Amino acid sequence: MNNNLKEQVLRMSGVNPLKCMRCGKCSATCPSYDEMEYHPHQIVYMVEKGEIEKLMASPSIYKCLSCFACVERCPRDVEPAKLVEAIRLAVIRQQGQNHLKAKDIPDLIEADPDLPQQALVTAFRKYTK
Amino acid sequence: MQKIGVFVCWCGSNIAATVDVQAVSDTLAKEPGVVYATNYQYMCSESGQNLIKDAIKQYGLTGVVICSCSPRMHEATFRKAVASVGLNPYMLEVANIREQCSWIHKDKALATEKAITLGRAAIAKVQLNAPLQAGESPVVKRALVIGGGIAGIQTALDIAEAGFEVDIVEKQPTIGGKMAQIDKTFPTLDCAACILTPKMVECSQNDKVHIYSYSEVTSVKGFVGNFTVSIKKKARYVAENKCTGCGECTTKCPMKNVPNEFNLGLDNRRAIYIPFAQAVPKVATIDPNYCNMLKNGKCGLCAKVCTAGAIDYKQQDQVIEERYGAIVVATGYNPIKLDKFEEFDYSLSKDVVTSLELERLMNAAGPTGGTLLRPSDGTHPHTIVFVQCVGSRDTSGCGKPYCSKICCMYTAKHAMLIREKYPDTEVYVFYIDVRTPGKNFDEFYRRAVEQYGVHYIKGMVGKVAPRADGKIMVQASDLLANEQLHIEADMVVLAAAIEPDKSARPLATMLTASMDTNDFFTEAHPKLRPVESPTAGIFLSGVCQGPKDIPETVSQASAAAAKVIGLLVTAKLTTNPCVAHCNELMCNGCSSCERVCPYGAITYVEKEFRMPDRTTQLRRVASVNPAVCQGCGACTVACPSGAMDLNGFSNSQIMAEVDAICQK
Repeated sequence: MNNNLKEQVLRMSGVNPLKCMRCGKCSATCPSYDEMEYHPHQIVYMVEKGEIEKLMASPSIYKCLSCFACVERCPRDVEPAKLVEAIRLAVIRQQGQNHLKAKDIPDLIEADPDLPQQALVTAFRKYTK
Repeated sequence: MQKIGVFVCWCGSNIAATVDVQAVSDTLAKEPGVVYATNYQYMCSESGQNLIKDAIKQYGLTGVVICSCSPRMHEATFRKAVASVGLNPYMLEVANIREQCSWIHKDKALATEKAITLGRAAIAKVQLNAPLQAGESPVVKRALVIGGGIAGIQTALDIAEAGFEVDIVEKQPTIGGKMAQIDKTFPTLDCAACILTPKMVECSQNDKVHIYSYSEVTSVKGFVGNFTVSIKKKARYVAENKCTGCGECTTKCPMKNVPNEFNLGLDNRRAIYIPFAQAVPKVATIDPNYCNMLKNGKCGLCAKVCTAGAIDYKQQDQVIEERYGAIVVATGYNPIKLDKFEEFDYSLSKDVVTSLELERLMNAAGPTGGTLLRPSDGTHPHTIVFVQCVGSRDTSGCGKPYCSKICCMYTAKHAMLIREKYPDTEVYVFYIDVRTPGKNFDEFYRRAVEQYGVHYIKGMVGKVAPRADGKIMVQASDLLANEQLHIEADMVVLAAAIEPDKSARPLATMLTASMDTNDFFTEAHPKLRPVESPTAGIFLSGVCQGPKDIPETVSQASAAAAKVIGLLVTAKLTTNPCVAHCNELMCNGCSSCERVCPYGAITYVEKEFRMPDRTTQLRRVASVNPAVCQGCGACTVACPSGAMDLNGFSNSQIMAEVDAICQK
C-alpha cells in the first residue's frame, strides 16, 4: 500500500471513497464492465485500501469510457469515474519521471522564448505533484 | 440581601476527578451573600437532599445554588426538595459543572477555576431571583387525531376506550390509509383488510369516536389543554346522513374514465365513487374535477338513481370549529415520485411498478381480481425482478438519505407470495443489505430464500430497458460473483423510498411542532419521549415521526394514546411560571416580539395610559398570554426597547451572570 499515491489520487479526484455503501450500482450501470479486470465498485474499494499501484498497472483504467454513467447514478455521490481519471493521471505523471523542476525553467524559456507563460505555469502545476 | 447556600456535588468521580470540589466550595463560601457552602458525594441522593433541606432550615437560606450536573437532569429533583421545606422552588439555581465542565476538560486546575466561575454566576443570578408561582390552566376533555390510517385509528380507539371524546380528521373520503391498500402483512401473511376493517368499523360504531372524513385541519390556535381547531369539511356533494352506501350511483355514473387513486391509477372509477367496499364512512363522494353536472350542469343521473335522495350538487365546503385538550399527528407517508430515476424506466414501461402498485395487483379487490398480470398486456409474468433501496439511503439528492425500513420485509413478502402462487415464476431480489431486525423477521426473509427459492443477489440494478417484444432488459451487478448480470424480465418491481405526507409540513407550522430536514416530526426526546412533540400537547403516531412498519406503528399509536389519556385525566395543568411579560411603559408597539414568537403567545392591545400632565393617551402595547408562552425568550432578544422580560431569566439576571463570569 502506497499512502502517498492514495493521497495523490484522492486529492486529484476530490472523491471520498468512504462514502461508498457498496451497492454496486456503478458496476451495474457500466457499459465496459465485461472488458475490465477490476470493475468500478472494486476500483473504489481498492483506492480505499490504497492499492493504487495494482490499479495503475491494470488495463482496466483504460477501458473506462468516461461516460460518467456511474457518476450520474451513484446514490451516494461517490463518482467512481473521477477516481479512474485520477489513476490514469497518476500513471502519466510517473512516465519517464517527467517532473518539471524549478531549475529547468530558465532553460525552457531560453530554448523557446515564445513559450506562453500560462503553459509553463500549467506544466509546473501538473508535473510537480 | 439573600442568604445563599452553595452545594457542590462530586457526582462520584464524574465531577470530583476533574474538579477540586473542596476548593470550589471553599472559594464560593467567600462570595457575598453566601452563608453556607459544602460539598457531598451525591447531592441528588436522599442524604444529599437532606443535607440541603437541613441547611435551609438551620441557616434560614433564601436562595440555593447547586453545582452539579445539567439542570435538565436534576433541577426538578432539587426544586422539589427545597419546596418541601418551604423555600420557593424558583429560588434555586443549578450551575452545570459536569456536562459543561468536568466531562469536557482534562486539566484539573483549569476545570476547578471554571467550576468556581460557573458557581459564581449562579450565585449572582440567585441574588436577583424572585419567588415565582406556577399558574393553572384547565384541560378540555377531548382529543383530535389528524390522519385516519392505522396509526390514527389505533390512537383514537385507545383514547375512546378510556372514556374520552376523540375526533379523527381524514382528508380522504374514507379512513383506512395505506394499510387498506396493502394485500397481506408480514411476517404472518394475514390479510391486511381482514385485520384493519374491523377496527375501522369500531371507529364508526364507537359513540366516543367522531370521524371527519374528506376533511382537513385549516388552523390551530391555543395551547396544551386548550386548542381551538378549525376543520374544513370539503363538499362531497352527497349528504352523509342520507347516503346508505348502496353504491347504485357508482355503477350508473357515465363518467367512467377517472383514474382510481385507491388502485394507484391501475384502473378507473366513476366520477361518483366509494373508494372501496369496506370504506368507513360508506358514503359516496362526487369528484368535482370529473362530474359533468358540477362542471357543465348537464347529467344529474346519480341524483335520479339515488333512492335515498342523498345527492346534493349545491353542497358547500363547511368549516367547523372545535376545542381540544390534546392533538395527535398521524399523517403517515407516501412512496416518493420516481421521475428522477430515469435508469429504471418507471414512466416508460407499464410493467415497471412500485411495490405499493404490486400490492394492488395481487389484491383480490384490486384491478386484476388478485391474479398477478402484467399491466401492459395482461399476461402472466414469468420472471420478476425486485429492486431494493430505490431512492432510500440516497445522498445524491435524487432520493432520501434515510433507510425506509419497511422495504426489505415487504419485498420478501411479495417474493414469497409470488413463488407460492406461481411456482413457475423466477423471482430475483437485488439488495444492498437485507435489514430484518424484528420479531420473526429474519426467519421470514430466510424462508423466502430457503423454502421458496427466491434468488437474492447482492448488488444493485443499474439499468432497466423495455424491449420492443415486451421483455424488460435488466442490467445489474452481482457483487459476490463479481459479474454483471443481464436478465430478461417480464416485470420489475421498485421498492420506492417512503416520505412523509406533503400535508405534514404546513400542519407542523400550524401546530408549531418541530420537524427534521426530511419533514419527519421531531420527538421531544429520541429515546425517552418518543411519542411527544417538543410542543406541549402535541403527540406523534406512526410514520409521520419516522419510517416504521405496522406493528411498530400500532405500538406507537397506543403509546401516544396513553400519553393523551394521561393529559386528559389531569384536572388542571400547572403552567411554567418562567414566561415573558411586557413592561408596558417601555413598549413602543413595534410588533417585533409578535413576529418572532413561535407560539403565537403575544398579541397587541390598545391601552389607555395616564400621562404626567393628567391627560390620557391610547397606546398600542404587547400583551403576553402566559398560558401559551413557553418561555423561550425570543421576544426578549427581539425587543428593541427592552420592554420584554422573562420571569426567572430576566435581562438583569443574565447581565449579573455575565458580570460575575467576567470579574476576576
